[in-house]
Parts: sequence; structure tokens; C-alpha cells
Amino acid sequence: MTATTIPREATKTSPTGPSDRSVAENRLGQKLVAPALIMMVLVTAYPMLQALYLSLFRYRLTTPDDKGFVGLGNYVTILTDSLFWKDTLNTVIIMVVTVAVELVIGFAFAMVMHRIIFARGVMRTAILIPYGIITVVSAFAWQFTFSINNGWVNSWFDWLPGISSTTNWYGDHWHAMFAIMVSEIWKTTPFMALLLLAGLSQISEDMLEAAKVDGATASQRLFKVILPNMRAAIMVAVLFRALDAFRIFDNIFIMTKGAQDTESSSFLTYRQSIEQFQLGMGSALSVLLFLTVLILAYLIVKFFRVDLAQARGEG
Amino acid sequence: MRRKTGVGTWLGFIVILVWCLLPIAWIVSLSFKSLAETTTGSPQFLPKDATWENYKVLLGMTDDKTASHDFLAALRNSFGISIIATILAVMIATLAAYAIARLDFKGKRLVLSLALAIAMFPVVSLVGPLFDMWRTFHLFNTWPGLIIPYMTFTLPLAIWVLSAFFREIPWEMEQAAQVDGATSWQAFRKVIVPLAAPGVFTAAILTFFFAWNEFVLAISLTSTTKSRTVPAQMSYFVGPDPFNPPYVQLATASVIVTIPVIIIVLLFQRRIVAGLTSGAVKG
Repeated sequence: MTATTIPREATKTSPTGPSDRSVAENRLGQKLVAPALIMMVLVTAYPMLQALYLSLFRYRLTTPDDKGFVGLGNYVTILTDSLFWKDTLNTVIIMVVTVAVELVIGFAFAMVMHRIIFARGVMRTAILIPYGIITVVSAFAWQFTFSINNGWVNSWFDWLPGISSTTNWYGDHWHAMFAIMVSEIWKTTPFMALLLLAGLSQISEDMLEAAKVDGATASQRLFKVILPNMRAAIMVAVLFRALDAFRIFDNIFIMTKGAQDTESSSFLTYRQSIEQFQLGMGSALSVLLFLTVLILAYLIVKFFRVDLAQARGEG
Repeated sequence: MRRKTGVGTWLGFIVILVWCLLPIAWIVSLSFKSLAETTTGSPQFLPKDATWENYKVLLGMTDDKTASHDFLAALRNSFGISIIATILAVMIATLAAYAIARLDFKGKRLVLSLALAIAMFPVVSLVGPLFDMWRTFHLFNTWPGLIIPYMTFTLPLAIWVLSAFFREIPWEMEQAAQVDGATSWQAFRKVIVPLAAPGVFTAAILTFFFAWNEFVLAISLTSTTKSRTVPAQMSYFVGPDPFNPPYVQLATASVIVTIPVIIIVLLFQRRIVAGLTSGAVKG
């Protein structure tokens, strides 16, 4: 009896077939991730496919009987409409400017937080408040800050050229864009700073000390030692923030409602789908927005990788 | 040289504090101004006559309950929806993160890449299709109608943070406890839970922040104060004069909804930072 069972056991654990244990582990693993997977597929993948399907139709909720297949018609309409391109340009400008400014300010903040030896708790608390605050609240705070009758910007900064007590920050495109970007930058710089701080704290002090001994100036140490060693952290920070900035919606909705041509891609999509019930057109915009974000993510990853390879080649 | 950097760091410290706290001080100051003061224009930072009037109006301590009725309803919705979404998301994410950190199974890559895709996903592109689906399923303008997308969109972050924490846990200690005579439940309860709790807690805080902050879905998938959360409700605040937004009341509402954020930050700042940066550097 034992003689017959032993070979069977041996075949089971042989490398050709999976063992009982690994089969069980596989099954348990799949069971544990199942709820998360099902939720993610049902709430994002399925509606996205639905959007893909709806985008091929003329479909307005106010006239549901008029629904008809139009093929790529919605996409043609969108891509030939100057409004779409203007909003995309706005979004890109906001993304590039805010991420660039945040990278500089965030790095400065990270340097201060890295060096500081006192009041670290106070600092962390202060920097987490903009991170945790509701974006709508930030938008209101900055809207009132720039308000012509009730804001303090005009009275505090009237010594700067171009600012007087009658400067209307919501009166033209660039002033309004500036106000929107200030709110966005204020709210999200802490996130950038914390990610950069994490990267900064991984650089060994010995390496910096060695560079110093070798006679590297402060700026050489910054550009040749610190920044190249933080590339991974910078990439993660830029990737997350750029994609986040590209979705900008709350600030614009609260501060200008899209007036003065400050509308973003997200805002346009929202307006078509929800305010005008143009589900077909809105879905096409959704698909385009999604594709843009994918391309953007790809480009950012690609950009940093190429850079990395170049740096290695040069070094 | 040393001393000079010291001064620079001090200056930087003050700049950061002013940068982070000035807008907060501004809305607090604004919330104590009277409605009459801002109607005539009040560009100075501090109120001329500080008053609790706005807080009384919003919290329903005056005779006119219209503003407070809507605001308190929205506050209830915000708390209820955010807390339920947080609990559900963290529960589901804990299971998934445990599997990802400890088990070998087919489809792990699929889950991780889907989570990454959702983390970068433009939420607004789901607004149209969800609006359409929620009307057919009668989820439009209900709590579950917001809870379901909130927990889904926070799953990636929660899974990410939790699996980073779970990888660091010395799981051998569970066996060690069992060898020492603990039952498997005791080993789990007394050894694993205390080790995993900080990670679970961090994931919960970040999830709560997301749900508390969310705006796009909140204005798109609701229509009344039955389920509208505070950020959405604030965008519908209209004072007696539709051409002049009720600055002071909006500022007061802003201060009230920021209080929970400040309390959480004060209590758990170290955890939040650890959670935000977990995985970001390790790649």
C-alpha cells in the first residue's frame, strides 16, 4: 500500500506539474484579489467600453428617440472644432507651468525639510494642510484672495508693475489663468515636495562629502550629484503631478466656471455630458481625454528613460 | 558656511509656514467678517468687527434655517459617504494587498497594471457613462451611487500603500509565536494585526482624504441635498444676491470642512507622509 502511494506523491511534487501547495496558493491569491478586481473592472473598465460604444452615436438625453449611429462623426466634429483645441492648449499650459513651478518650489521645500533639525513636526503638519484640504476650498480661498473688492492681492502687491487696486483678475484670459494656476500650485506643491524629500533622503551624505572634498562647488554638487541621483523620485513626482494637473477641473469650475476661455479638457467633457446631456459627444471627448492621458504617461516615462540612458552614456 | 545655511534654512522654514498657512488664515479671517462688510468691499486682511454670525447661520443657531439645512445635510452626506467608502475600500484593498505581497498567483500583474491605469485615469471621462448607467440602476443621487466609484478610485492607492507595508512585515514571527504555543488565531491577533495596523490606518487616512475632497463625481452624480457632499454643495451656495457670492458664508463652510482635515493631519502627520512616499522611491 505504501509502495503505491509514494510514487503518486512523488509525481505530484515533481517539477513537471504544480504542487498542491502552489495550486492552493494560486487559488487563494486569486480569491483575495477578486473583489478588488471585480470592482475596478465594473466601475472603470466597463463604463469606459460603454463610452467607446456611445461615442459612435448621436445620443442626446433630451431627445433619446433621435439616437443614431454616426460612426466616427463625433470625433470628426470634435477634432475640427477650435474649442476643443483651445481647451486642450489651456490644459497643457496649466500642466506645464504648474508642474515646472512646483518642481522648483517643491525641491526648495524638500531641501529645507531635509536640512531642518528643529520643529520637524510643525513643518510636516503645515505642509500636509494644503495637501489634505479640499480642492474646492482652496479654489474659494484663492478666488477671494484675488477678488477685486474683497481680496488682499491688489492692496498688498500694488507696488508691483501691472497690479493696482483696480486690477480685475477675472477680467481677462491670462489674469484668470494666473489665479487658477496659483490655487493649483499652492494645493499640490506639498505632494511634490514630500516625494522629492523621499528621494533626497536616499542620497548618501558620504557621496556629497566626497564631492565637496574633491572641490565641487555648491551648484556642481546640486546638478552633478544630487539631481542625477534623484531621477527616479523626480520621475514619479512629475508623472503623478502631470497626469493630475491634466485632469484639472475643480479649480476652474469654482474660480471662473470656464469664463475668459479658461476651460480645460475635463471641464469641456463635463459640460457636454452633464450640462448639455450630449452623451454621444461627451463619450467621444472622454475617450480622447483617456487616450491623451495614456500618451502623456508614455511620453513622460519615455522621456526620463532616454535621459537616464544618455546620462549613463556620458558618465 | 555652516551658519549661513542655518540662516537660509530658518528663512525657508518661515517661507514654508507662511506659504502653507496664509490662505488658511485668510479664510478663517474672512469667516469672521460680517456679510455687510464684504458687500461694501473689504480688501483688508482682518475683519473690522469680528462676528460669530456666519457660524451661527451655517450651524442652524439662528431663526433662518435655509442655509444651515442644506449645509448640515451636505456635511452628513460627506461624513457618511467618505467613511463608508473608506471602510469598504480598505477592507477590499487589505485582502488584495496581502495576496500581492505574500502569495504567488496568476493574474498578479493584471491586477497591478489595472490599478496603475486607474490611478492615472481621468475621472471625468467616466462621468458620462456612469451618469447614464446610474440612472438605469437607480443609483443616481444616492449614497451608494457615490460610495461605489469612490471606493473603486481609491483602491489603487490603498492597495499600493498596503502592499508596500505588508512586504516589510516579518511574517516569520507568526510561525515563531505558534511554535511558542500560540494558536493560529492568537498569532494573527497578537502578532500580525499590531504589525499591519499602521499600514491599514495610513491607507484609510489617504482614502478618506480622497473621498472627502472629491468633486467631479459629486456634482455629476447627485442632484439634491439627499446625497450631495460638501464640496458639491458649496458650488451651489447662492446668497441673497446672485451676482455677489456669499464670500463670508463660503469661507465659514470652508473652515468647517477643513477642521477634520487639520485634526487628522495633526494626529497622524508621520503616517500620512510615510504612506504618500511608500513605494514612490522604491519604484
